[in-house]
Amino acid sequence: MIGTASRQSAAAGLALVVLAVAAVGFPLVFSSPVVTNYAVYALIFAAVVSAWNVFSGFSGYISLGHAVFFGSGAYAVGIAARDWHVNGVGVFGLLPLAAVAGAAIAVPFGLVALRVRRHTFIVITIAVFFIFQLMAYNLTSFTGGTVGVSAPFLPWSPTSFNDHFYYIALGCAAGMIVIAALVRRSRFGLQLRAIRDDEDRARGLGVRAMRVKLAAFVLSAAVTALVGGVWFLYLTQAQPPSAYDPLFDLSIVLMAFLGGLGTITGPVLGALIIEPGQLYLTIKYTNGYLSEILLGALFLLIVLFVPRGIVPTGGEWIRRLRTRGRPVVAPTAPAAAAAPDPARSGGA
Amino acid sequence: MAQEIYRAIVDGILIGGVYALMAVGLTLIFGVLDIINIAQGVLVILGAYLSYELAARLHIDLFIGLLVTVPAMFVIGVVIQWAFIRRLRGRERTSMTLLVSYAVALIIEGILYEIFGPNPKQLSASYVTASVHLLGFYLSYIYLYGFALALAIIVGVYLLLYRTTFGRSVRATMQDETAARLIGIDVNRVAAVTFGVGVAVTAAGGMVFGATNSFNPNSGYDLISRLLAIIILGGLGSIGGALAASVFMLTVESLVDIWSPEWAIVVFYAALVIVLVIRPTGFFGRPPVRAQ
Repeated sequence: MIGTASRQSAAAGLALVVLAVAAVGFPLVFSSPVVTNYAVYALIFAAVVSAWNVFSGFSGYISLGHAVFFGSGAYAVGIAARDWHVNGVGVFGLLPLAAVAGAAIAVPFGLVALRVRRHTFIVITIAVFFIFQLMAYNLTSFTGGTVGVSAPFLPWSPTSFNDHFYYIALGCAAGMIVIAALVRRSRFGLQLRAIRDDEDRARGLGVRAMRVKLAAFVLSAAVTALVGGVWFLYLTQAQPPSAYDPLFDLSIVLMAFLGGLGTITGPVLGALIIEPGQLYLTIKYTNGYLSEILLGALFLLIVLFVPRGIVPTGGEWIRRLRTRGRPVVAPTAPAAAAAPDPARSGGA
Repeated sequence: MAQEIYRAIVDGILIGGVYALMAVGLTLIFGVLDIINIAQGVLVILGAYLSYELAARLHIDLFIGLLVTVPAMFVIGVVIQWAFIRRLRGRERTSMTLLVSYAVALIIEGILYEIFGPNPKQLSASYVTASVHLLGFYLSYIYLYGFALALAIIVGVYLLLYRTTFGRSVRATMQDETAARLIGIDVNRVAAVTFGVGVAVTAAGGMVFGATNSFNPNSGYDLISRLLAIIILGGLGSIGGALAASVFMLTVESLVDIWSPEWAIVVFYAALVIVLVIRPTGFFGRPPVRAQ
């Protein structure tokens, strides 16, 4: 048993090293800006979906309002750069400000929304989302109204522009994955999952539910806002409908579901599959209607056929293949410790 | 000023009636199936396009056309429920049904775009343009007829729920699905028919909405977010609550609209947030069910 476990962790470590090398070397091999553009967006979404998952995936509270943080992060960087006349590479110094802005919005938002559960929570997040989008439209002197805000010019050559952003986005995604893994293994992560399974019982066992939920919400919001700032600097502009985009919220939920809600690798995998696909469809069918129908059909197929996500379902298939129908452990071993519920242990 | 406020209140009540009609379908579906049908907004728009086609091609009056569009939407609703919603079970059902109905909305929206394109349309009829002098100001007939239609249908749904055997089995399913199953209610049939009825009323809502607003396939999103706010405010699953909440919200919106049209919609959503801070179950909500 122990031999298998250490061999498995060695294999996992090796896989991680290979993945890291592949991720770092990617823009050296595929230097075309068209390809790196896909990669930058995929990594931005990997970071955001992972951040969303730390709150929604772990706690079971599905937020359809994360575009609030994403857009506010973008606007925070844009407005600060405009009003404080920050130029050149210095704008990256404003990214922590985006995270602070996201966290500052998340505290009152969470205090209101986290009092209610399930559908009501989802609808409140949608309502708050619309309030922010409309404020971005209406507070013209602050947000620039429909014109939005533009990022200062970055002194990078067009050939290496995407590469710089590739590494920044990679850093965000890798950082968020590490945070997600740490949260999942911690007492905090356990409390979150206890809330997901049965909030009242968790409360009865001494989990301070509101505090735990709010902490996860704020953490998730801060990272989402920071990545929103990166997205803004990459795109160089933000308008109300693009920064506060309702499709953004649904896309990240879809990505998390495709990969496997509440796992670590699942949401990242979902983002890496769906975001390039979605970009490709919108670029190929520029009128946007057919891509919408295809996206909807993809949604339906995923939810109906892989409802638990790729990572948990795939893990189950591999396990079944490996054991070829035999029980996972010898009947004498304590079953509870040796055979964890596949739905819960799909992560890592 | 007083005249303006008076007018805004009357407008709010009349338009609120029409929103109530659309919201009743949503809250009914929620009450029985425990799902939020994101597609409701785009289904309203689909209903409006059906009326538009009947009026433009076959010159059928908007109200008479409902005899065709309401059954058609009922069938569409039953098919959606049977094909997609029925299969969903398990712990993530809440969010999965949300995604599925959103996917359905995307597909319907895409198809409407393919057929009708993005240009806004509006339903026209003699009573849309003509107006009547009433209570000191002019009102378009369509608002009056629409309000009357909305009230008639809401009363009809109420009678269906509280005066028929079918309604009794619907309410039993709302209260406790397992117990309803145990006493011999065909819960699957109840779910399918309820979804159908919930979608069918959108045909009428869509017709009145399409006659009073210009619409394109994208209009469904604005509509669904307002409808969601309304049914949450009214208390999920409560028909009277949906009616009260839509009249309240639309009156507030049209009052704010006097001073600042841009902020009227913000106030709409802010009202929802404020009410829920004070009363998390909405106006007429039942106490929350245990377990997330």
